[in-house]
Amino acid sequence: MDEKIEMRNLDPERRSHTFEEVALGYSDEEALKEANRCLQCMNPRCVKECPVNIEIPKFIKAIREKKLEEAYNIILESSSLPAICGRVCPQEKQCEKMCIKGLKGDAIAIGSLERYVADYALEHKLNVSKVKSKIGKKVAIVGSGPSGLTCAGELLKEGIDVTIYESLHKAGGVLTYGIPEFRLPKKIVENEINLLKDMGADIILNAVIGKTITLEELENTYDAVYLATGAGLPKFLGIPNENANGVFSANEVLTRINLMGSYEEDAKTPIKKGNKALVIGGGNVAMDAARSLKRVGYDVTIVYRRTMEELPARKMEIEHAKEEGITFELLRNPKEVIIDENYNVKGLNVSLMELTDVDESGRRGVKEIPDKVEEISCDTIVVALGTMPNPIATENSDIVTDDYGLIPVTESVTNNSRVYAGGDAVTGAATVILAMEAGKKAAKQIIADIK
Amino acid sequence: MYKILKNESIGEKIFLLEVEAPLVVKNALPGQFVIVMSKDDSERIPLTIYDYNKETSVLSMIYQVVGSSTLELSKMHDELFSVAGPLGKPSEVVTNIEKYKGKKIIMIGGGVGIAPVYPQAKYFTSHGLDVDIIYGAKNKDLLIILDKLQSVCNNLTVVTDDGSNGKKGLVTDALKEKHDYDLCIVMGSTIMMKFVCNLTKELNIKTIASMNPIMVDGTGMCGACRLLVNNEVKFACVDGPEFDGHLVDFDAAIKRMNLYKDEEGRRYLKDLEGETHSGGCGNCGDK
Repeated sequence: MDEKIEMRNLDPERRSHTFEEVALGYSDEEALKEANRCLQCMNPRCVKECPVNIEIPKFIKAIREKKLEEAYNIILESSSLPAICGRVCPQEKQCEKMCIKGLKGDAIAIGSLERYVADYALEHKLNVSKVKSKIGKKVAIVGSGPSGLTCAGELLKEGIDVTIYESLHKAGGVLTYGIPEFRLPKKIVENEINLLKDMGADIILNAVIGKTITLEELENTYDAVYLATGAGLPKFLGIPNENANGVFSANEVLTRINLMGSYEEDAKTPIKKGNKALVIGGGNVAMDAARSLKRVGYDVTIVYRRTMEELPARKMEIEHAKEEGITFELLRNPKEVIIDENYNVKGLNVSLMELTDVDESGRRGVKEIPDKVEEISCDTIVVALGTMPNPIATENSDIVTDDYGLIPVTESVTNNSRVYAGGDAVTGAATVILAMEAGKKAAKQIIADIK
Repeated sequence: MYKILKNESIGEKIFLLEVEAPLVVKNALPGQFVIVMSKDDSERIPLTIYDYNKETSVLSMIYQVVGSSTLELSKMHDELFSVAGPLGKPSEVVTNIEKYKGKKIIMIGGGVGIAPVYPQAKYFTSHGLDVDIIYGAKNKDLLIILDKLQSVCNNLTVVTDDGSNGKKGLVTDALKEKHDYDLCIVMGSTIMMKFVCNLTKELNIKTIASMNPIMVDGTGMCGACRLLVNNEVKFACVDGPEFDGHLVDFDAAIKRMNLYKDEEGRRYLKDLEGETHSGGCGNCGDK
């Protein structure tokens, strides 16, 4: 049988109480074996499905020939953050889904191979991004998440000066505050950011655009502004008692743990240490929050209103969560937070749900079963029902946003011809790779417009 | 890094902190706050702005040592790792200053809550508004910036719980004595603001309360600071920090303030007493 080489993982028992990276990556031998499975299609379907169109067969061929530096350069032509994408891209829904080998067996593990090449490059300090001579133009980028970083990289390569403004005290956006250490080690993110700094990027921390500096001030100082402000505003439940002590947004849990390091022994920022946490939602953020809480000592259950089949999170994350002992309460929809006399959470009332037919979104619909409510006891409830764009950067500016707070763009340009936008701020919460794609597209447009 | 120009005690456990923060000062307006970090691994501490000077770029804050993180801050002398801001919305009076011309404003500050009263009173007075101040503290050792306050209002009334300075009594007692005001702005502990708002509701004086809940990022990202205002969820960091005091659910806000009391208490005791701490705090137990 032609089975793919699975990446080795840290033992589930051990990892359920440490923040060490779960997926361990390939050895040289494993990578070579996996690379040798590739059919090297003449008309590769995987490339078309990659949001940034990495020349996948080409870099895999280079791995086969043990030319890892070349493999890295091939990836870099299309993607500026391979060590990150190799880890967090939903490859099974993109490149790997299209792989011919997948029709009759296992698709090539493209993501694992990308990570292998990127890690080799990090380890051997292969910083090969070439920067053209300066052209005397400067661009401000608002937000240092995947979209902003990618846009910065593309602009710097063309000799354009870039200043990135970040509201927090550490760069990286969701890569830093959101995605946990065990899935994306922070040193990988720091390294990618350092590469940009080496290319000449200026990163200004603690600068909340819209407050510290207005968008108008940026427009007056730079040739163009790229808004990559992401989707950082958490949604809450809209049910009784949701302000009770013990109800948190997933953003808060993840920010405390990832950005503030509150899982560490002597952390100065606390994380509430309860016993039983319910995480509401079924996306990747829900999995990240659940697995993070597990690691700080909670017993964790995910509450989701559909079934396992409809869970929007990546398969790998769901599997990892299960292995780590996280349980699922399915077909349950939150109705009311139950509190004690001190305003502390002591449970959650949920309605029982049933699936209905497939709706226009292609997913099974879901409806409440009348009068079927049950109580799940817990001391902590974490809401992971999605996020919306943060309006701070645009609220006192001329930039138009829609009813959802999203910034409409045409070819990356907002209603103001010198202000561009992309990533989650435009699309709503999506993936790292889509944010990168938007950053890359915006950079192309900016270069064409200001040169 | 942000250069510290001054970080000195001006009262019992109360410190005046001055830093060079040109970007923060440039767009700052009264009513806004900042988030400071002492070191790269420190907690993000929200502090209201006490004063700012647009010519010298000096930002001033007043804080009280109440726990581990403010204790650490009080020991910083060269540089601060970060100062982010100005955050939150400026005072409604600042943005609608014309509307308040000719109105009588009473500003009430309790404890270190008096610090953010100063820049607002200064701004209002310099824009021709009519401002009185009531300042309440536990005792005379906790009174600060009296001269400064005197210089930015018509009448300053000081009350202390024990009568060691000014009149003995609470800020509400002082307000009961003289209450011909059109607007009240109150800043201080949540419980004090609750009582003031209850009173001004009776007296039919519109009241703005400056809320100071637990925060993490201060930019609307985490929701730790959420409050119930008119039964709606609001984030103090981006929707506030100032709200209509008659619509704030103070009881819920007070309970939310206690959330990390155990964790913070443990850490503070450890910082004060080191590893020698051996019980008595009611927290460490037999764990």
